[in-house]
Amino acid sequence: MKFLRDFLDKQKPHFVKGGRFEKLHSTFDAFETFLFVPNRVTHTGAHIRDAIDMKRTMIIVVVALLPALIFGIWNVGYQHYISHGMAYDFWPMFGYGLLKVVPIIIVSYVVGLAIEFAFAQSRHHEVNEGFLVSGMLIPLVMPPDVPLWMVAISTAFAVIIGKEVFGGTGMNILNPALTARAFLFFAYPSEMSGDLIWISEKADAYSGATPLGHLLVGEVSKLPSEWAMFLGNIPGSIGETSTLAILIGAVVLIATGIGSARIMLSVVAGGLAMGLLFNLWGINDYMNIPAHYHLIMGGFAFGTVFMATDPVSAAQTTRGKYIYGFLIGMIAVLIRVFNPAYPEGMMLSILLMNVFAPLIDHYVVQSNIKKRLKRARALVKA
Amino acid sequence: MKVDMSTVTKIKKGLNINLIGEAEKVIKELKCDHFAIKPTDFIGVFPRILIKEGDVVKAGTPLFIDKNRDNIVFTSPVSGKIKEIKRGAKRLLLEIKIDADGKDEYIDFKAENPKLLSREQVIEKLRVSGVWPFIRQRPYSVIADPLAMPKSIFVSTFDTAPLAPDNDLVVHGNGDDFQTGLDVLAMLTTGKVHLNIEADITHSKVFTNSKNVQINQFSGPHPTGNVGVQINKIDPINKGEVVWYCYPQDVLTIGRLFRRGVYDASRVIAVCGSEVLSPAYFRTKTGAAVELLIKENVTQVNKRYISGNVLTGTQVSLDGYLGFYHNQMTVIPEGDYFEFLGWGLPGLNKFSMSRSFPAFLFKNRKYRLDTNYHGGERALVMTGQFEKVFPFDIYPMQLLKAIMVEDIDLMENLGIYEVDEEDFALCEVVDTSKTNIQEIVRKGLDLMRKEMS
Repeated sequence: MKFLRDFLDKQKPHFVKGGRFEKLHSTFDAFETFLFVPNRVTHTGAHIRDAIDMKRTMIIVVVALLPALIFGIWNVGYQHYISHGMAYDFWPMFGYGLLKVVPIIIVSYVVGLAIEFAFAQSRHHEVNEGFLVSGMLIPLVMPPDVPLWMVAISTAFAVIIGKEVFGGTGMNILNPALTARAFLFFAYPSEMSGDLIWISEKADAYSGATPLGHLLVGEVSKLPSEWAMFLGNIPGSIGETSTLAILIGAVVLIATGIGSARIMLSVVAGGLAMGLLFNLWGINDYMNIPAHYHLIMGGFAFGTVFMATDPVSAAQTTRGKYIYGFLIGMIAVLIRVFNPAYPEGMMLSILLMNVFAPLIDHYVVQSNIKKRLKRARALVKA
Repeated sequence: MKVDMSTVTKIKKGLNINLIGEAEKVIKELKCDHFAIKPTDFIGVFPRILIKEGDVVKAGTPLFIDKNRDNIVFTSPVSGKIKEIKRGAKRLLLEIKIDADGKDEYIDFKAENPKLLSREQVIEKLRVSGVWPFIRQRPYSVIADPLAMPKSIFVSTFDTAPLAPDNDLVVHGNGDDFQTGLDVLAMLTTGKVHLNIEADITHSKVFTNSKNVQINQFSGPHPTGNVGVQINKIDPINKGEVVWYCYPQDVLTIGRLFRRGVYDASRVIAVCGSEVLSPAYFRTKTGAAVELLIKENVTQVNKRYISGNVLTGTQVSLDGYLGFYHNQMTVIPEGDYFEFLGWGLPGLNKFSMSRSFPAFLFKNRKYRLDTNYHGGERALVMTGQFEKVFPFDIYPMQLLKAIMVEDIDLMENLGIYEVDEEDFALCEVVDTSKTNIQEIVRKGLDLMRKEMS
């Protein structure tokens, strides 16, 4: 790799202050540090540092997303051919899915990274790795037939309004990928709901409703089998249908410690608790579906593992994480069952709790502060 | 007071970093004739110099006082001649270099039994001899105020930092000096002197048979040996309270002052680290020259010389000097290299607390770690990392952010009086975003001290 290093060292002077391409410093830096971990050494504080950095952290999340992505690509093809009554081998279906999904991924990364690079450059910052994950999350929460221009617009909205206006990665309040999804949902409601969008180039005669779509109109009997909803060979957003593939991602995140197991477990607990509560109440069919159905339908699993755990928009304190996760699970199921305008409660529930996460942390931290003040007061009395 | 063997304060949070190059448990005598006192070792001290180059001094001759608190005197650790008064940018006083004459002449401060003296007389003796700066206070980790009264005094007899010296070895055979030192400390507070030992590991009778103190047992990974952690568990600091602290070798120095009437700055220094060929302990004096400690005893690679340990020590050059409070000299490789796709490779040999590297599978592996950051500086994104290595009932991330925005009230409410930069050292090591956390904490402490004075 010496020639690559030599090449970079030779180009570097052009990109530093006073060089010909001074304005592209952040861009050069992003590529250079992608290829080589920098030679920067400590000068204050601890002389040794942990091997982990933001690049490794983010790349592990991308790896955790791969099972859902690969399954999603296959499923896009599978749903398409099934709707036309055709059955093929794995590869034609996967190939069809690739043609549909890869352009969405490319648009998401190109638009998002271009904006990230531009902001980093104008702020004289290094380019943050956060979008490596957001850029993959966005395609996975899109319906397969989404027009590419919509992907571009929603990505741009999410990166600029959702993130950069707050100061960039680490400062945002809302999860950027969900911001993109919410933007689409509210900006293009007619294109983004109904039964048409969940299967790519669906045959007209075939019902393309998702499980949540069926439930919305009270067709409990038309729900796919539990097993199908778990494996994910059902219509839905590209990456969200297979609970199994998402679980593999969850194992990766928990095993490496990158994703918060506390949040994941408490979201599941919250969803189940609310589902069981509805079972007890049981005044309509939706309330009576088994509570664990909520975990394998729609975006619940995907949101639990990949969206709720975003460390920036989640609660930051240990106790806060439990509260935050539990409320996400509860509210997601609540919205699903009670609000006919929004079949998918998970997205809205997470965004809502993103907004409340700082408040939850505030009260957790306040209790610590109160304890300290109490200790000091006890001393004054004694 | 008897050791209460039943109560051990067990600390779970923290991290032991095992490094290659532990000092062999033998103490070698080191002939050293170059020493220096570095005013920059003393937080918040503005020196007013009392000597000039060429002056002849004895051990105990005043070199400078603190302009802000002129009752704090700094004296020469050896007898000899002032070789150079080295200044840096803006005439900052960096080093007062002394060539030792080898005669070991001491100023006589009179040997006295501390128990027959008043508290004021004890303080006066510590002050004029220049031994006082060994006694520091929390909050802020500055030299204690001779006019103040601490609610208690803490002595941590064990150091859990990487490659830290074994104090059992260091104090061996010095039981009388140590006990006298403790007797002196006991006179300085109306509260208790807490002598903290490591359960099942501290065996020296010098520690376990100490009288006139309360012995507390601790067990757990680093930073359990930090006085900050021990104070937090036993006698936490509230607003307005002050706790004093010092370490075993400081107690010996205090003991010798009262038993022999001199400022005997002898110290045992652990010379350690992966780049030291034969790591061992050396007996020398405070402020010894690095070059003489190291000699040819190091490898040929590009090295980092650290006065202190790898977590909190100060970088020194080969022609530099050991810090006033340091009992350890660590030498590790510099990390000024590029690593191709370093973030993406499995990293079988890398050290990491995170499970994103295989390191967690090899708990007892010893590492040769360098000074590379292993990544670029980023915004604080990850959460829950600091909490794993921070055994205080304090929210580290929230306190850090309060310091960054200089919110005095919030810093106070979140417990800044109870912590020091060294308590955050492990947070800094494991931080994904490579923030220089200790520097930020120090700024916060300095700001608080200014606001509160």
